Amino acid sequence: MSVDKRKQILKKYHDEGGSIISILQDTQDMFGYISEDMVFWLSGELNIPASNFFGVATFYAQFYLKPRGKNILTACCGTACHVKGSGAVNSRIRADLSLTEGENTTKDARFTLESVACVGACSIAPVLVANSKVYGKVTPDKASSMLKEFKKGAE
Amino acid sequence: MKDLTIRVCAGPVGLAVGSQEVIDSFTKALRAGGLKGKIEKKCVNKTGCMGFCAKDVLVDVIVDGKSSTYQFVTSDMVSLIVEEHIINGKPVEKWLVSDDYHAFHEKQTKILLKQCGHIDPEDINAYTEIGGYKGAEKAFSMKPAEVIAEVKKSGLRGRGGAGFSTGQKWEGCRNNKEKTRYIICNADEGDPGAFMDRSIIEGNPHSVIEGMIIGGYAIGAATGYIYIRAEYPLAVERLRIALEQARKKKFLGKNIFGKKYDFDLKIKLGAGAFVCGESTALMFSIEGKRGMPRPTPPRSVNKGLWGKPTVLNNVETLANIPLIMLNGGKWFASFGTPGNTGTKVFALTGNVKNTGLIEVPLGISLKEIIIDIGGGVEKKKRKLKAVQTGGPSGGCIPASHFDMPVDFDSMKKAGSIMGSGGMVVMDDHTCMVDMAKFFLTFTKDESCGKCVTCRIGTKRMLEVLTRITEGKGRKDDIDLLLELGFTIRKASLCGLGMSAPNPVLSTLRFFRDEYEAHIKDGICPAGVCKAMRRYKVSTELCKKCGKCYSECPSEAITWEKKKKAKIDTSKCVKCGACYETCPFDAIL
Repeated sequence: MSVDKRKQILKKYHDEGGSIISILQDTQDMFGYISEDMVFWLSGELNIPASNFFGVATFYAQFYLKPRGKNILTACCGTACHVKGSGAVNSRIRADLSLTEGENTTKDARFTLESVACVGACSIAPVLVANSKVYGKVTPDKASSMLKEFKKGAE
Repeated sequence: MKDLTIRVCAGPVGLAVGSQEVIDSFTKALRAGGLKGKIEKKCVNKTGCMGFCAKDVLVDVIVDGKSSTYQFVTSDMVSLIVEEHIINGKPVEKWLVSDDYHAFHEKQTKILLKQCGHIDPEDINAYTEIGGYKGAEKAFSMKPAEVIAEVKKSGLRGRGGAGFSTGQKWEGCRNNKEKTRYIICNADEGDPGAFMDRSIIEGNPHSVIEGMIIGGYAIGAATGYIYIRAEYPLAVERLRIALEQARKKKFLGKNIFGKKYDFDLKIKLGAGAFVCGESTALMFSIEGKRGMPRPTPPRSVNKGLWGKPTVLNNVETLANIPLIMLNGGKWFASFGTPGNTGTKVFALTGNVKNTGLIEVPLGISLKEIIIDIGGGVEKKKRKLKAVQTGGPSGGCIPASHFDMPVDFDSMKKAGSIMGSGGMVVMDDHTCMVDMAKFFLTFTKDESCGKCVTCRIGTKRMLEVLTRITEGKGRKDDIDLLLELGFTIRKASLCGLGMSAPNPVLSTLRFFRDEYEAHIKDGICPAGVCKAMRRYKVSTELCKKCGKCYSECPSEAITWEKKKKAKIDTSKCVKCGACYETCPFDAIL
């Protein structure tokens, strides 16, 4: 983690109060997750207690304190998706990626499966987002073949 | 041909099913056909959500003022449309929208969405050409108090769910002695099954910005914030573009509209916490803190962001403001019913044929929305069961009540809420206990943890619901759920906690027999709860296709060609694969 990169983040929020969330968001965009080192560095630079950063980072669902897989699969678990069978799709993906209960990232760190409350594309439920591309009307079989293609394409 | 406009729906669903590819193909095909030079203006436009998402990608082709709409367009269909329709003047009949498309629109009244789906959301000129920023201009020629009076006259009630009078809220903020004031747009659309605000911002971001300028002027704010979910990257992007364009045109910044008045807007991204849709939590989140609600009063109109008087309005509320300014409060009040004026945008989804974004006058019946606009239940042979409104804070209204009018007060009376506008239709293959469990799982996860009743109460309720769906329900579980529900409602601080039991209480009110069937008879009438399933093949309905046979993971199904399938219950693992697969609903 280069110091220059870290300083870049702080420059943007130089004179604004209440920027902890924005700073953490930028940190995560840049490094993929929020490391302990980074929090202590930020705390020192800004003279804000590290506990404030950790408090915010653990409160909001979008912050990750551990590294994530190279490819992010996001399964929508909204109401419409639920009614239309997102549960079956989810179980299939978990099985295909051999994820055990409570585990979200594959052992080789190639894939991370996450769920989100709603991506707002309910008309094509169930929805799966793979690295920011939205796929609609997903069935378990479709998810399986998507994953196969994906595994071939992704490193 | 003199004039050509092509509009391609680039709403959230349109983009997901390939509208960018369609746009590229059109541009390419027009150039290949030698048409680009002949038609001077930019003729391929991307627009926001056109509404009928189930038929995306939708494309309007307008030749010399005559408009035709194509459905399910893919990029490989484009060359034929260009050749037949645009060059030879004959629309490709087989791909045009059919009667259901027109039926979908017939009962709708589009005042807000009229512009979404018509204009290019990334071009400020497209908005000003149809009267955009004229409402703000008019507001600036009036006194702030007159602007507030006009909004009060319209009867506009907050579209975020609670339905508080917008004019009154503004007045309450204006009356403070403290001169630093803020206006915030709540675009933290967290209800699962809702995408109204997203579609409005993506389809017409300037309408929200203009609404905020007018609101800011009325209450006397110099700074506004748009708090938007990070899950909506496209909406954020389009907002950023729109803000930049508005600044260039001097609609934002110093001395706007020729008055000695400064106003500018900032975007703040949410970080994935449902509770931040609550007003006080949202303000803490903007301040960079954990989004935990605080007790009110003081209300945020008196002490809000950074302790200053603050108005928080929902996206749809703000998008209505320019129209009210331009056409007058009386005009707005001519839609809907007295006390519930104007129109409301709903996201119609679930087991209904025509899913999409709709706008209807308040007071319309649920039946008209679900049957006439929605086209009724999606799958043949299934029956409508209920509609869920208001997301996790709302409830389920049974099909027997579909005659009731849709307005703030009637919905509340029926045990649900209007909410921000999500409407998820359910057929008879939906289990209401499972549905209640689904929402409780959500609220349990999203509880901020401040109030004991919400933090622990939702967890206990979820445990009870889980054991009911696992066939381990106890005799007094229903009473326990009611008791927990009423306690959580009474003793929690914020809207999230107070409404968390609604999905359980409303399903208990209308579908108590279903809970009882689970507990007393060990049956899930809808066939959803796995632990209670005893699958068998209906000899009447089975069409001998063998699909269940190939799906079954535990070889419990025997089947041969031209013979009906059979399930060996001793081998069955109750996974439900056959039930999901069967095209004829023959697995019971």
